[in-house]
Order: sequence, then C-alpha cells, then structure tokens
Amino acid sequence: MDCVEQSNADAEAPSVIGRYFTRWYRADMKGKLCEDHCILQHSNRLCVVTLAETHPILQDGRAIKSINYQISNGCSRLNNKVSGKSKRGAQFLTDFAPLCRIMCSDDTEYTIYSCIRGRLLEVNENILETPNLLLEKPSTEGYIAVILPKFEESKSITENLLTREEFEAVVSKRSLSQPP
Amino acid sequence: MLPLKEKDKPIVQKLLSAGCCARCVLRFCCVSVQAAYRQAQHETLKELQTFIMEKENNKVQDSADIKPHDTESSQTVEDPPCKRAKLDPTEAVQSETDDAAMVTLKKEESSVCALCLGILQDLCGPDQAIKIVETVKSQNYEFDTLVLSVSLPAQLCVREHSCWLHVKKEVRQKGLVLDKDDVIQVKEAFKWIMQGLVTKQLEGVAVVSKSPFEVGVEFTHPDTESDCHFLAKCCPDCFKPTKNKQSVFTRMAVVKALEKISDVKFLEHYPCPPSEPSGSCTPQDIQCLHVSVFIAGRYNKFCRSLPQTPWVIDGERRMESSVEELIAAPILSAFRADGFNFSSSGREDVDVRTLGNGRPFAMELLNPHRSRFSKVEMKQVQETINKSSDKIRVRDLQIVTREAMSRMKEGEEEKTKSYTALVWTQKSIENEDISFINDIKDLTLDQKTPLRVLHRRALAIRQRVIHSMNVRFVDSHHFYLGLKTQAGTYIKEFVHGDFGRTKPNLCLLLKTDTDILELDVESVDVDWPPPIPE
Repeated sequence: MDCVEQSNADAEAPSVIGRYFTRWYRADMKGKLCEDHCILQHSNRLCVVTLAETHPILQDGRAIKSINYQISNGCSRLNNKVSGKSKRGAQFLTDFAPLCRIMCSDDTEYTIYSCIRGRLLEVNENILETPNLLLEKPSTEGYIAVILPKFEESKSITENLLTREEFEAVVSKRSLSQPP
Repeated sequence: MLPLKEKDKPIVQKLLSAGCCARCVLRFCCVSVQAAYRQAQHETLKELQTFIMEKENNKVQDSADIKPHDTESSQTVEDPPCKRAKLDPTEAVQSETDDAAMVTLKKEESSVCALCLGILQDLCGPDQAIKIVETVKSQNYEFDTLVLSVSLPAQLCVREHSCWLHVKKEVRQKGLVLDKDDVIQVKEAFKWIMQGLVTKQLEGVAVVSKSPFEVGVEFTHPDTESDCHFLAKCCPDCFKPTKNKQSVFTRMAVVKALEKISDVKFLEHYPCPPSEPSGSCTPQDIQCLHVSVFIAGRYNKFCRSLPQTPWVIDGERRMESSVEELIAAPILSAFRADGFNFSSSGREDVDVRTLGNGRPFAMELLNPHRSRFSKVEMKQVQETINKSSDKIRVRDLQIVTREAMSRMKEGEEEKTKSYTALVWTQKSIENEDISFINDIKDLTLDQKTPLRVLHRRALAIRQRVIHSMNVRFVDSHHFYLGLKTQAGTYIKEFVHGDFGRTKPNLCLLLKTDTDILELDVESVDVDWPPPIPE
C-alpha cells in the first residue's frame, strides 16, 4: 500500500521547470567536449543559465574548490546592478560572454558562458556560499545566472540552441563513440 | 438701454469702424451686464450707433478732468468720411424707409466680425441652440443640469490682442484700473447668450457653470489659422512640438506668446485693427460627455482557467474571457457607458480561485449615459452579473465616489490575506512536520522578485511576513496549507522556493522538495467597500 502510493507520488512528481520553462541546450560549448549548458526559458522570455546534467563538473563525484564571477580584471558579474522595471544598468551579454569560472578540486577550471544574448539580471550568489547547491541541484537552486533577452529577440535567441530531444541524441551518440 | 458711459464713445466708434460686431464692442467696453448681450444683435448695433451720434449733451455733466479727451473723441467721430457719421439716429430707428440707414445696417449685419469671426453673431443664435439640443437629445443622456464648454480657434487671441492695442489708450482712459483682462471674453459672452437659449429649448434643464454633464461646442476658422504663424518666429520657445498635439498653435501657447511679445514687435507683424475675415467660423461636431461614475464591489472567482484581465500574448488572446469582462459587460449596458477602467485590491493568477467574501474591486465607467441607480436597481445589476456566469460572483455592488476608491489602494501592503494551498512533498509527511509548520508564527521571508514576474517588475528583495500557517493532511505526500500573510507575499514562490530566491521557503522548512498544485485566496482583509446586506 505504502509502496503503491510512493510510486504514484513519484509518477506525479510535479516540477516547476516542467510547468513554466522550456529547456534548451548548448553541447560542447566552445568546442570543449561535454561542456554542456542548459538554458531554461520561462514563458515570460526570461532565461536561467544552468549546467546540463552531463557537464564534467557534475561527473564522477567531483567537488568544487571555487566559483569566481570575476571574469577579467575589469569585469565582475557581481558588480552587475539593475534598477527599475526596465532593468537599467544591466551588463549586456552576447552568446559567448563568460559568466563565471568554476575550479574543481582536481584543479581543472571550467568557464560557464551566457549562451544567449540579453541583459544580465542576476547571478546566483548562493552558490558562492554553498557550492554544493551546484552539484546537488544544478537545474534549480544551483543555477548560474538569470538573463533577460530583448523582447524582439525572445524567440530568435534559442534558434542556435538544441532542443531536449536534439540534445539527448547528441549525448547518446557521444556515449556510442566513446564507450566508457 | 445699454450701460455705456460717455467715456465709451471713442471705443465704440473705433471698434465699429474697424469692423467689429456690436457684441464685441460691448465686450471691449467691459460691459458685464449679461442682458446686454442677450438682446438681438441688430438692436444692440442700432443702440450703439445712436449712442455715438448723440450730441455731446452729457458732456457738461461729465467730470471736467476728462474734457480734453472728450473733445478729441468727438473729433474722431466727425473726422472719418463714414456713412454712419451722417446717419440720423432717430430716423434710423424710426423710419424703415430711410435708404441710407438700411444700407448701413445691412452692411453691418452681413459682414463677419473681425474680432469674434462670427461667433457672437449668427453662431450664437437660436439655430445653434436647436442644433445643440438636438444632439443632446439624440444621445439619450440622463441629466438634470448641463455645463456648456466652448472651444475657440487660437487665432481669436491674436485678433483680440490686435484690437486691444487698437483701443488700449481709450480703454485705459475709461478707468485707471482697467486692463486687457477686464475685457469680457468671447467665451464668456457666448455662454451668456447660449445658456438661456439652450435652457429654453430643453424645457427647463438648467445650464449652469458646474455640472457632471458637459456639452462641448467647438469652432474652427481655417482661413485665418495663419494669423498665429508670425508668433512662432517671434517667440519660438512658446511653440515646441509635442507628441500628442496636432498643431503647435494651441490656445495656451498663443496666449503665452502674446504675453511675451512687445507691442512694437506685434504691430510690425500683424495689422491693427485685425483685417476683415472672408467668412465666419465653422461649427464642429457637438461633443457630449458625462463625468465618470465609480462602482465598487467584491468578486469571487471559482474557475482555474480565468484571468483577471484579458490575457494577450503577441496580439493573440489566450483565454476566452476574464473576470473584468464578465463583471463589466452588464454594468456597461446598464449605465450605457463608453468604456471602463478596472482596478482591484491585488490580483490572483489565472489558475487561482478567490473564495470567501471575495476581492474588493472598483471600476471607473467612462461617459455613462445613465448614472442614477437606486439600491434596488444596483441589486438588479448585480443579479444580472451573477446570472451571466458560474465562473464569478459579485457582492456589495454599489456606486462610490472617486475619492472613496483610493481607500482600496491605500494600506494595501499592511492588509492581510488568507490562502489555502495544496502542497506536494517529495518525502512523506511526518507528524512532526505538521506540528512544526503549525507552530510557526510571524515568519519573515526575503522574497526576490519572482522569476515569473521579473520581466515586468523591478528586481528587489522584499520582506514579507507569514503570520501563521496550518496543515490539513491529505495523504503522505499531499496536504492543504492554510496561510495568513501580509499582502504582497508570493505564495507559490514560498512553496516551491523559486530556485532558492525566496528564503526561507517550504522546501527549506520541511527539508524536502515541495511544490504547489492548487491555490485559493480565502480572504482579502480590506474593509472597503462597505458590505451591503442581502
């Protein structure tokens, strides 16, 4: 009885992402194998940048040493300030704008990119304090940043991204060519 | 008898020869006796002509200090080779057969006044009054009184100014304190004449200076629009183009420019007195407008697929109806209003129901043709709304004042709201979880603007208080959560956490993933509008 109920609850497990967001992917970002990003686009056009489940950071039980939003000497994403309804003062990002650099415990460093054009609304400061959020809940609490595309580009910015199906095809092809 | 003094003579003389109509002459003599304007214009003209022809028999009675001026004025009367000067006033009035008199009068009556461009001539007679009344009657408004508003072409100010310069000296001599502002305005004189005529046509409806029902009369005069153009060159800063105005030559701008421009400069560019126009003004369509009526009440929403206001994405309608449309349709037809503005004490999402006593709302009804409703009639309107749909229900429907409407919005943040949420939990709910939640009191949340609304609201962290919560167990993964919160708390985000952007949230409190499946507003604790007993 308990077991039946359990499985029912699992089957019906609701999800905020499923209700409000569309998942888009960029595989092998900047030609680096498996550095996959996942963009969650809300029906109101807003985008949340996250790590795809397949990203190397999330594999093999790695730990995170540091997360750095200071992407160059002159520019830190932590200094991004937006004001008002029109989000004045936001840093404007293009597809390949770096958002942060993540150093893993084995001293490999990964750069996370914006993947879409738009205004940077916020970066997730919670992961600075609790990097494990990134590992445990990469697609929700462990998000990287929130970006607001231009109104007129809200459809076109995802044109060169992969749908979930396309991405899954890429991933399964990958595992065929590189058997573990 | 016209209330004119000897000192008015030179003004009358100068204006008549400049081609001004009789009523404009009265205006410039600062005559503020309304009856003087109401009498037929040809009568007034005759009286004026008689007046200037009068031998200076009053001269002796006039005070001695103005004597030099009087002499001067009598000379002006005699000087110009004017037909009127030769006219015997008594004959003109008495003898209809006097050819000379007839010719002069005909000419005066047929020519359009250089000052008012005909507005105080044929455009304010019984014909115009009938036209106004026919328009008003055809639109079937409910009203006790009406106010007449008049819109005149801006160039009238330029002509007025030119004429003022023409007779300035004489008016000043009439009295030291008299100024351009003391000249009776065309608008004023027009209303004095028309109000009575319209009242008569409407069988006793009072035409007053303040009324909720406004009838607008507008005149244009395309031929003389260029009168204003020289002002733009002289005072360019007065005529800045704005988005909404069709022409920069608004009345306000022209008045401002005329205040600035020097007399010398004005006279360089504009004839003094103003030239004779080729025709009179064109009356535009008559506009009727009743002031807004405000309606308030409370609504319930029983449907999880009904937005509060029409939901349009990319120009396409998402849901077929909305709360405001369901409420507004019967009200608009009862009040025969042109449109409405809907506002409410907060709003619920499309998938949220509003139960209990409902949510206070108010509506501004634009240009209502009917505005008086008894309590019984309001109850009937409410019934009509409630019969029209199962999705909503309205109570406490009433007419309110504009001022009372602000009661709804003020203190919106301090008020409390109660909700019931159906919550899902990933791990099964234990008794301790239930008592833990039930014991929480006045929990302060830090809510970042939810991602759901961040595209249209500013990014901020808002502190909101959950006063109390109670759990009603459904099964091991579901419970109903009752909440009493400060208005403005985002409940959905409190339950699912919004990517950790609302802290604390129910996921953190219960140390498991939680999500919200249904939400109902149970009460909106605003004590306005006052309840109406069933």
